Amino acid sequence: MSVLPAASRTRQRVIVLVLTVCALLALAAAGLAGSVPVPVADLPQALASVLSGAPDTMSATLLDLRLGRASAAFATGAALALAGVMMQALVRNPLADPYVLGVSAGAAVGALAALLFGAALWMVDLGALTGAVGISLLLYLLARRDLGGGRGAVRTGESGVLLLTGVVLASACMALVTLMLSVAPESRLRGMVFWMIGDLAGASWRLLPWAVLAAAVLLALRRARALNVMALHADAAVALGIDVAAQRRFLFLCSGLLTACAVTTGGSIGFVGLVVPHACRYAFGPDHRILLPAATLVGGSFLVVADTLARTVLAPQQLPVGVLTSLIGVPVFLFQLHQLHLRRR
Amino acid sequence: MIPPMISTQDLTLRVDGRLLVERLDWRVNAGESWCVIGPNGAGKSTLLRTVAGLRPPDGGTVALAGKPVGDWALPALARERAYLAQSRGDAFAYRVIETVLMARHPYHADRYWEGSDDHAAAEAALRTLDVAHLAERDVRTLSGGERQRVAIAALLAQDTPLLLLDEPANALDLAHQVAVTELMARLCREGRAVVSVGHDLNLAWSGATHALLLNGDGSWHAGATQDVMRPELLSACLGHPIAAIAHGARTVFLPDAPVAITHLAPVRTTQ
Repeated sequence: MSVLPAASRTRQRVIVLVLTVCALLALAAAGLAGSVPVPVADLPQALASVLSGAPDTMSATLLDLRLGRASAAFATGAALALAGVMMQALVRNPLADPYVLGVSAGAAVGALAALLFGAALWMVDLGALTGAVGISLLLYLLARRDLGGGRGAVRTGESGVLLLTGVVLASACMALVTLMLSVAPESRLRGMVFWMIGDLAGASWRLLPWAVLAAAVLLALRRARALNVMALHADAAVALGIDVAAQRRFLFLCSGLLTACAVTTGGSIGFVGLVVPHACRYAFGPDHRILLPAATLVGGSFLVVADTLARTVLAPQQLPVGVLTSLIGVPVFLFQLHQLHLRRR
Repeated sequence: MIPPMISTQDLTLRVDGRLLVERLDWRVNAGESWCVIGPNGAGKSTLLRTVAGLRPPDGGTVALAGKPVGDWALPALARERAYLAQSRGDAFAYRVIETVLMARHPYHADRYWEGSDDHAAAEAALRTLDVAHLAERDVRTLSGGERQRVAIAALLAQDTPLLLLDEPANALDLAHQVAVTELMARLCREGRAVVSVGHDLNLAWSGATHALLLNGDGSWHAGATQDVMRPELLSACLGHPIAAIAHGARTVFLPDAPVAITHLAPVRTTQ
């Protein structure tokens, strides 16, 4: 009748293994493709010299540059997808993502404010982080009473309130962004606009996004079962022994940090946080024990592929990757929505 | 002496400053089935949520198995009482079997994946509620009554000595209303305690051993059904004359007198 008890564990392992292989293939393709292709035959030797830290040949130098950018793309895509899954579980609505809830708009406000005052690069990153976490915190404070949960809950939680609050905060942030762009001096305007357009051109090897991503995945996986119960039952999850308020704090903080990391690396890259969790839920089901690792791997691979396309399709011209993710994401999203609608009828 | 499953002392409930229940002293023992009766907005759901530990009391105390409900650790509390909410909104496409397996969560401190014992409990619960054939269905595609039976199956799978149900008969067809009522009576004979909110006096009379009437103004009556479900008390509680009619060995509750519509605005007719 139903799956055998051991089957879901095996299923998780198979899915994670297959998706990991896909991610490695995407990274390899990103390393090989470009205006000067690296021959596949050179790959093992070039990879060895990149790993040893001293790229000596032409192939190795190209691979080093491209893999650096691809690794940043992977961490960014994975962080956005993971943040999307968390936010959707948090508000129990598959339409939530870092962009809809205004967290990335908050990051943009912080980063642009730093750019406006001509601050150093690390100050820009700090600004983005402050903006993203600030909006998360504001959302939390504004919606805490309405979210319910915990023992002090006055009434049943209503996730629509949080979603609407996020949409309103996002538009407020976008107004601030427009304000800053309109008063910015000519000399800084270009850098600000480039920051706004999601682009991985300047990205290279960085440890921090990977560290945040790894910590978030591990912590989230430990709570995957609790997330399942919360996604199903809203604040009645308390009745099954789950500290809903604590889980919500974790989700707010973690998705805010992940978004901040993604935004500081790649600027505003839309649709990954919405489309990837949706596609994974459609393909693998809504169990967070499978969904969390699957969305992380697919999100990373998706952005690596999108970024590789962005720099090769019109080479030597480079497209902003954010444009590409939206161009790919929107039709996929609409197709899925339509399919789902047909099936349900 | 075994402490009562639920005991409240001077329990007072308020919503938005409105007094619903005043100084309720109430004891529910193992093996008893209580029905909570009262008009809309009388605080029935609020009482259930308070007893379940989902909201703090506005005065007085609630103890489960002799221990104040606020002192329970959440996982231990989830192994002590199960709670059926009045309504559910399903946002994600979980399968029916997954929703029932999730009810095993309080027993899973030591494991990440459900074991065969959890599957056995979940499938037994689905069979009991006559929904085993729906196990692989997406919960969002179920009818209201099917979804309600799946939710009650999840409650059974949680396997607690105390069950709190907010309108379990909601959306069920007549046959399943009777089946669920009999199921609750059987659980009580096995030594569990059941508290359910309901609007059907006949179901309450046939299934429950005790009744709690909430009048909505703070006053209440608690006791065995034959002492409390008397026409005069029910009429005062529900704001409409109720007649208890003996039909053979059974008692049937009916709204007395034709429904008086004089106090309603006249229905406008076309000219």
